[in-house]
Amino acid sequence: MAILDKHTILEKNVTLLAIFAFLVVTIGGIVQIAPLFWLENTIEDVEGMRPYTPLELAGRDIYVREGCYVCHSQMVRPMRDEVERYGHYSLAAESQYDHPFQWGSKRTGPDLARVGRRYSDEWHVDHLTDPQSVVPVSVMPKYGFLSNKLIDGKYVEDVMATHEFVGVPYTDEMIEAGKEDFAAQADPDSDYDGLLERYGEDVQVRNFDGQPGITEMDALIAYLQMLGTLVDFSTFTPDASR
Amino acid sequence: MAKQPNKKQEVGTTGHSWDGIEELNNPLPRWWLWTFYICIVYAIGYSIAYPAWPGINKATAGFLGFSTRGQVAEEIAAVETKLAPMNDKLASVELASISGDAELNGFAQSAGAAVFKTWCAQCHGDGAAGAKGYPNLLDDDWLWGGAIEDIHFTITHGIRNEDDPEGEARYSEMPAFGRDEILEKEEIAQVVSYVMSLAPGSTPADASMVEAGAVVYEDNCAACHMEDGTGDRMQGAPNLTDAIWLYGGDYDALMETVTNARYGVMPNWNTRLSEAEIRAVATYVHSLGGGE
Repeated sequence: MAILDKHTILEKNVTLLAIFAFLVVTIGGIVQIAPLFWLENTIEDVEGMRPYTPLELAGRDIYVREGCYVCHSQMVRPMRDEVERYGHYSLAAESQYDHPFQWGSKRTGPDLARVGRRYSDEWHVDHLTDPQSVVPVSVMPKYGFLSNKLIDGKYVEDVMATHEFVGVPYTDEMIEAGKEDFAAQADPDSDYDGLLERYGEDVQVRNFDGQPGITEMDALIAYLQMLGTLVDFSTFTPDASR
Repeated sequence: MAKQPNKKQEVGTTGHSWDGIEELNNPLPRWWLWTFYICIVYAIGYSIAYPAWPGINKATAGFLGFSTRGQVAEEIAAVETKLAPMNDKLASVELASISGDAELNGFAQSAGAAVFKTWCAQCHGDGAAGAKGYPNLLDDDWLWGGAIEDIHFTITHGIRNEDDPEGEARYSEMPAFGRDEILEKEEIAQVVSYVMSLAPGSTPADASMVEAGAVVYEDNCAACHMEDGTGDRMQGAPNLTDAIWLYGGDYDALMETVTNARYGVMPNWNTRLSEAEIRAVATYVHSLGGGE
């Protein structure tokens, strides 16, 4: 066949072969990736999702810095055993403000997508300081040093602005009040009305590590205690056909 | 190699020739070719039966109506249906009567052990022996009562949490005698010495302080921990006369406890577990050794 004979032109010209190979791979990539931007199930809108508070965002940065994602996933897969162990399976929308997402690919430790409010703050302090004191068989390293590092949210407004730049709906007001909200969330005696107004009534305001001052421990626990709690599954039922 | 020329005439060559070596244009093996065609047919059938082709807003749903979410919902529903008679029974009978019904008790024990391993073991330990700050559930020393009803209430509403929708979490708040400057450091040392004299197996660090400590105890502690130090379960005040300590019974640990107080928190489980699951795990914990 004439058209197949033309193929020898490609086979004999390496530059042309590279160009056409690239075109074919591009088409394959577009077919697989592009629909994700408009298919309804991947852009499902769910109630309750909000951008992270400044303190949670700082905690998330610590989570990433310490490489927690290397051993912990944040993705409850839609399988019976996982749902029974961890709670409702994760929705794509629950990661919509994650840049980058923390789904992970390996579970040396348990999944953390729904760890929020599952343990007390005190447990988290005990467990991060000395994991083996509460889970003797754990191989997790000790993170007690987080309690020693005081943080003041110096750069949190910049971090928020960066997230806003990549699409997280932080308002100018949120960014301006970043440092203020950062400090308010870890201090139950502060005036945190503004924080609740900006991020919702369900924001947890506590002295997370039980020690004076805001430490990295406070930020990380604030982040962990929020994980997976934003969508209220007692009132929201995901579309089963998706 | 007499066959070679015939083969060459039969299938021809690809026209490639290197140093006089020619490549025969043999057809692909039949079995391979047919497997290949079957794969193509299967792929087409699969993409019709299952969700596959992206459209404008949705991908094609597939004739079988399969979805991962639907599948997990079905699997869970199937197990729930299977267990429903037992779970309904468990959730409706008198708590105290569960242990008397051999079949129901067996069910509750197995289900409760599974719930315990999933939700409770992280704090109370795999074998329920607890850890510092997390009560041992194997002994008969109970802060809030060890009857099945008490255990059931504690699991349902938790302790000192603000998440219980009914606001029924067990709550006790020992004053931080040192931090809030209710007692002088000297007085705290005295009362700690006195408390150490109450408990079997511990000797007060400074025996001369015991007498003064008794007075401090009487004025500040006896209202909750009782005059004889046996505690009060109505208020979650621990018994100080046994050798069981949640946060440690040595001098330093007790100084810390009296100075800053301790506030162990347990989540409420009524929003995470079903009534049957709570009853199952209550039955399991009750049977561990300390149940009353």
